[in-house]
Amino acid sequence: MFTYTLRRLFFAIPTLLIISFVIFALLDLAPNDPTGDLPLTIPPEVREQIRASLGMDQPFFFRYLAWLQQFFINEPLNILERLTGWQFGDGQRLRVLSWATRSPVVDLIVQRLPQTLWVVGLAYLFGILIAIPIGVISAYRQYSIFDQIGTFISMVGYSVPTFFTGVLLIVIFSSYLQWFPSVYDTNLQVTDFSSFVAQMRQMALPVAVLALYNASQIARFVRASMLDNLHQDYVRTARAKGVKEKTVLLVHVLRNSLIPVVTVIALGVPTIFSGAIITEQIFRVNGLGQLLITAVQGADIPLVQTLTFIFAVLIVLFNLIADVLYGILDPRIRYD
Amino acid sequence: MHKLKLLLAGTVAALALSGAAAHAARGTDGDLKILFWQAVSTMNPYLSGGTKEVFASSIVIEPLARTDEKGELVPFLAAEIPTIDNGGLAKDLLSLTWKLKPDVKWSDGTPFTAEDVIFTWKYCTAPDGGCAQAAQYEGVKNVEAVDPHTVKITFTEPKPYPYSAFVGGQSPIIQAAQFKDCVGAKAPGCTSANFGPIGTGPFVVKDFKPNDVITFAANANYRDPAKPAFASITLKGGGDAASAARAVLETGEYDYAWNTMVEPEVLQTMLAAGKGRLESAFGTNVERINLNHFNADPSLGDKRSTADAGPHPSLKDPAVRRALSLAIDRDIIVEAGYGAAGKATCNIVPAPAAVASTKNDEWCLKQDIAGANKLLDDAGWVKGADGIRAKDGVKLSYLYSTSTNSVRQATQELVKAMWAEIGVGAELRNASAAVFFGGDPASPDTFQKFYADVEMYTNNFDGTDPEKYLAEWLCDKVPGPANGWQGQNIPRYCNPAYDKLVGELSKTADVEKRNALSKQLNDMLTEEGAHIALVHRGDLSAFAVTLEGVKMNSWDSQLWNLADWYRKK
Repeated sequence: MFTYTLRRLFFAIPTLLIISFVIFALLDLAPNDPTGDLPLTIPPEVREQIRASLGMDQPFFFRYLAWLQQFFINEPLNILERLTGWQFGDGQRLRVLSWATRSPVVDLIVQRLPQTLWVVGLAYLFGILIAIPIGVISAYRQYSIFDQIGTFISMVGYSVPTFFTGVLLIVIFSSYLQWFPSVYDTNLQVTDFSSFVAQMRQMALPVAVLALYNASQIARFVRASMLDNLHQDYVRTARAKGVKEKTVLLVHVLRNSLIPVVTVIALGVPTIFSGAIITEQIFRVNGLGQLLITAVQGADIPLVQTLTFIFAVLIVLFNLIADVLYGILDPRIRYD
Repeated sequence: MHKLKLLLAGTVAALALSGAAAHAARGTDGDLKILFWQAVSTMNPYLSGGTKEVFASSIVIEPLARTDEKGELVPFLAAEIPTIDNGGLAKDLLSLTWKLKPDVKWSDGTPFTAEDVIFTWKYCTAPDGGCAQAAQYEGVKNVEAVDPHTVKITFTEPKPYPYSAFVGGQSPIIQAAQFKDCVGAKAPGCTSANFGPIGTGPFVVKDFKPNDVITFAANANYRDPAKPAFASITLKGGGDAASAARAVLETGEYDYAWNTMVEPEVLQTMLAAGKGRLESAFGTNVERINLNHFNADPSLGDKRSTADAGPHPSLKDPAVRRALSLAIDRDIIVEAGYGAAGKATCNIVPAPAAVASTKNDEWCLKQDIAGANKLLDDAGWVKGADGIRAKDGVKLSYLYSTSTNSVRQATQELVKAMWAEIGVGAELRNASAAVFFGGDPASPDTFQKFYADVEMYTNNFDGTDPEKYLAEWLCDKVPGPANGWQGQNIPRYCNPAYDKLVGELSKTADVEKRNALSKQLNDMLTEEGAHIALVHRGDLSAFAVTLEGVKMNSWDSQLWNLADWYRKK
């Protein structure tokens, strides 16, 4: 297993380099321009100077190599310096700078990450916790009323887009009932009980929207996987041996059914980091998803490039983790 | 909400104790909550140039003078507006002398002097800096200090309208001490200065989260000890215009939402909640349809819309251009898409009142289908079997492009239906704003390339003087491959008589004569059909009913008089 993991990690390097190049090339070809959002009263000559000051007048490969150096050498060194307090060279390294804010991209990401982890991560966790019992009961009592309702809700949750459910919840709970705020207050510091309650209240709606979406998806997986296993011979054997029904269901069937589900969950983790672009935008949660979408709209290419590349790294990494987990959970699978 | 009530209660209690008048003490009105649906990226307008950055930075840094809601200059950091009469503006129009207010302090307590003004000019004109407001300092030869509180600007050539450098939200004064190591290529590296400039304005930056939220606190060193009334500001960014309007008008979570340009019917339902009001102000924005004077036939390939393609086969006919304008009912377009934030117009220079012409309103503002049909009949354009007019094999069928935006697409549909009534066909197309306005010379979809017969968008001019704007229709400003598609004469209009008149305007200093010339130029463009002006667009913002002292202003930052805002008790 260890050598397998090492081999996979080694192969990930060329994969990621190719991905970074493809992203860079695609962004370069896209007909977007960082001066596109500026008022038309700013004359063309000035726009030309702005583009030059952003380094856009340099050749493609030069810009790509500069980004590689900034991202793979300068930024890690900076992080190391900050963590350890050591000093490498004079500390005056060119960092990946966002075009819109003219500040280091990594600082922006560090600032945004906690909100995304809290809101989207919590929604993912809730989604899983809701989905598993629903999936199990739905499968065990296939075609019962519970199964029908569960199927209906998960179909609705899966097929209705978050930009609809999000606005619907705002209209009901913020405008009409006024229970929850519609705008996320990113300045809120949790210091005492009342601020904790305020934090819970402002997280309620976005988490609910995303949890519904996640739960619907995972519940369908759990149900399908449970159904596959319920009709297996080993289940009949267990029952014939007189094992209690609860043990059959929760120990024999559930454990086996969760193997593919764990893979699905692991593969879904990178989406937590990429944030729920639409949901974050609707509720104005200042997470990574919102950062990405504003960067795309404003043609902030260094920021888009860096963010998408980090997502690519996470996807490659979690694919590996899913594969390794599979090997650990399922004794029938061996990589060596 | 609860917090707000507590704050209000606290404020009232404090007031009762001090016995002061409603808005006569600094920092007594609690927190002002502002919502910008486009989040602010930086607090340095010289590095961004976006409207949202200009507005946000105007909370902290100030220019020498601003333009008020009536379009008149008012001194801010200057003691008075220099004119020929008071000797500030030289008779030869080659220099301008500003007297600064004597006791202004930066928020860090240090005095504000002429050196800061000079530094600001040097900062924006430094090579490799990519200063977004460089155009404001165009024609400035030198800026020097006569004494610590007098600044003299000299120009390279006579400037009949000299109030662009250091005037308005686009060119505020930054502190020399803070930015001295941030000049030129080093400008973007000064993140903390760019995010938290030291200013002379009513508030100081307390915390800046880029593209998200900014918190401000009242400036303890602000020159008026009784202002600002608010103790702090929270400026939140992100989302979309409709939800921003909702947060003020319907849920009441915010006090002010900038640029709530949403369909009028949607806003009406939000207003019913009674928590807020809408205010509009009209500047110089005009939504127009540019008529391509060059042939834009796709079969011409790279030559299309350039001089090589030759004149447009049907739009070269003045009767066609006139008929296209006559067929449009501007009032319906305003009603459907703009509501209180729009007025029908036929002028490209719609304001200020002194330069707004009314000469063509008679024939142009009213829809006249019969008149348009007659014009086309007389010119020999005959309806075919498909209802589209044609002459000598040339059909009156146009590719009509614009940027992606729900109001623009609705307007496209309306215009298409109106044109159908006079036998003119239109194929609608739209491109994302970042592409359409992006100006990438490699993209075929930019408004500069104009690979369409007609295209629609809004443009305006800064300040109240239209000279530079009217010069955009000069023959040598036609975009093309030779100038990298960078010219501003998008309709490719070219008339030597117009060019001559613009030359005359640039040499005229007398205000009356300037206004008359500006009107004449504007009328020429309308009458000759360089474009079809449609809607004079206002700025529309939402305010909480409790917010007082607001003066909506289209000539400068909407937050220009933030120091005077207070909460109604």
